[in-house]
Amino acid sequence: MTDVDWIGAALAAARPQSVAALLRYFRDLDTAEEAFQEASLRALKTWPRTGPPRDPAAWLIFVGRNVAIDSVRKRARQEPLPEEALISDLEDAEAGIAESIDHGHYSDDVLRLLFVCCHPELPATQQIALALRVVSGLSVKQIARAFLVGEAAMEQRITRAKRRIAAADVPFEAPGAAERATRLAAVAAMIYLVFNEGYSASGGEASARAPLCEEAIRFARLLLRLFPAEPEIMGLLALLVLQHARAAARFDANGSLVLLDDQDRARWDRTKIAEGLALIDKAMRHRRRGPYQIQAAIAALHARAAKPADTDWAQIDLLYAALEELQPSPVVTLNRAVAVSKVRGPEAALAMVEPLGTRLAGYFHFHGLRGALLQTLGRDREAHDAFSRAIALANSPAEAAHIRMHLDRLMQESDATTADKAAK
Amino acid sequence: MLYAFLCYNNEATVYSWTKEEDDAVMAKLDVVHQKLVKEGRFGPALRLMPTTTGATLHKEKDLVLDGPYAETKEALLGFYVIDCDNLDHALSIARELAAANPGGAYEVRPVRLFLPGEPGVGVT
Repeated sequence: MTDVDWIGAALAAARPQSVAALLRYFRDLDTAEEAFQEASLRALKTWPRTGPPRDPAAWLIFVGRNVAIDSVRKRARQEPLPEEALISDLEDAEAGIAESIDHGHYSDDVLRLLFVCCHPELPATQQIALALRVVSGLSVKQIARAFLVGEAAMEQRITRAKRRIAAADVPFEAPGAAERATRLAAVAAMIYLVFNEGYSASGGEASARAPLCEEAIRFARLLLRLFPAEPEIMGLLALLVLQHARAAARFDANGSLVLLDDQDRARWDRTKIAEGLALIDKAMRHRRRGPYQIQAAIAALHARAAKPADTDWAQIDLLYAALEELQPSPVVTLNRAVAVSKVRGPEAALAMVEPLGTRLAGYFHFHGLRGALLQTLGRDREAHDAFSRAIALANSPAEAAHIRMHLDRLMQESDATTADKAAK
Repeated sequence: MLYAFLCYNNEATVYSWTKEEDDAVMAKLDVVHQKLVKEGRFGPALRLMPTTTGATLHKEKDLVLDGPYAETKEALLGFYVIDCDNLDHALSIARELAAANPGGAYEVRPVRLFLPGEPGVGVT
């Protein structure tokens, strides 16, 4: 890597901790961001000469705090800024100072910074945009591209979110255990949202939005490093890396979505899968189950199967049952029905799916699965209706194409049966 | 004389690398590895998974804590590479070792990349 590359990577890695500490110090998001920005500019000038500091975040916090204080003083007294040399000469001493000041707070600082971004008054899209801007340090242009909106619109969205947060009460006191758990849960939900923004994209959008998955994984890694004994955070990171491990196999050459059963499993990322399996194994030892762990365990069972037929559907059925208990939702039941169809057959699965009809009437996957089950049971006319409904509700051309394939097969089969009968 | 090389770096930075950046570093390292393989000097080498995947058994208190060993008073005196079924299995092996040799801690961490190597065997 060139100088600029390693400095860029070091700045990106140090950003969450640095901005978080500066936020605690200045209690203002804009000041914290500007101070980090200024410290980064000085790092770009100083580090190529001095080499990387041992603790980049400590360096940036120290320098960022000084320059921000100086600029306040300067505004107040019109005094000149201190010599650049004064700051860069302090390197050895400063790391020690910043460390002793900041390391104790560091986990709660970063959690606070992430938590500020998922303030309940902010709509989900603003939460995500703000976290990507403030915590990841992505440019407004990069975020706009990932959300497929114009730069000006994204700029406005972020400014609006910041204004709301400035008006709200940001909790600066160190949180108690219960408050910390609340914040962790909110932040985990936000991270999962960021991931899904990237994961649910398809076609031409997929590559533009893929960085969102990477960022979400970075957030989850960061959070788990700060709170290493939280099984749900292990579960969250496991879930994200296991899902992301399939990225290269999820789309065909035309950018159409490839379903799990049809994916080339040789293209799954084995390193990510191994990490996900290690994390879920570790999380389960705590015997404190939670939705992320259960979903990760399901993803792990898919990842472990060398081919679709090897999938342990009975175990997946049990895991979905546990998830239904923790987080009852018709979508979870629908997913469970897929496992049930493999374990106990289409009739049992259909019995589970039918009662969801009113709540999932507008849901593509409901009609798709119902159609497939009816088709297996030989109820072709009903299957045809269900598939037609699904196509009307498809969210992407890939989804519609997939159902159309089922429909075509259905038509061919019924043509064949008619021909059979005619021949007899 | 065999020397062990213990690799330290800032984990947050290394895990901020893109796949391309990571691959580029690994490719550059591999040039050095291959040279050492040819000379018959390359022993087993491994890249560990992130610290978040590991756990530490504190021997005296028989206490398992998630994450890496964080104390700086003790020194790294050696390490094993053992094929384990899962983390529980790894920790039970660590306990067996601890019973034979009390004091300090064992950090157990899954291995991401294992190059077996064979010192003393050069490629000519």
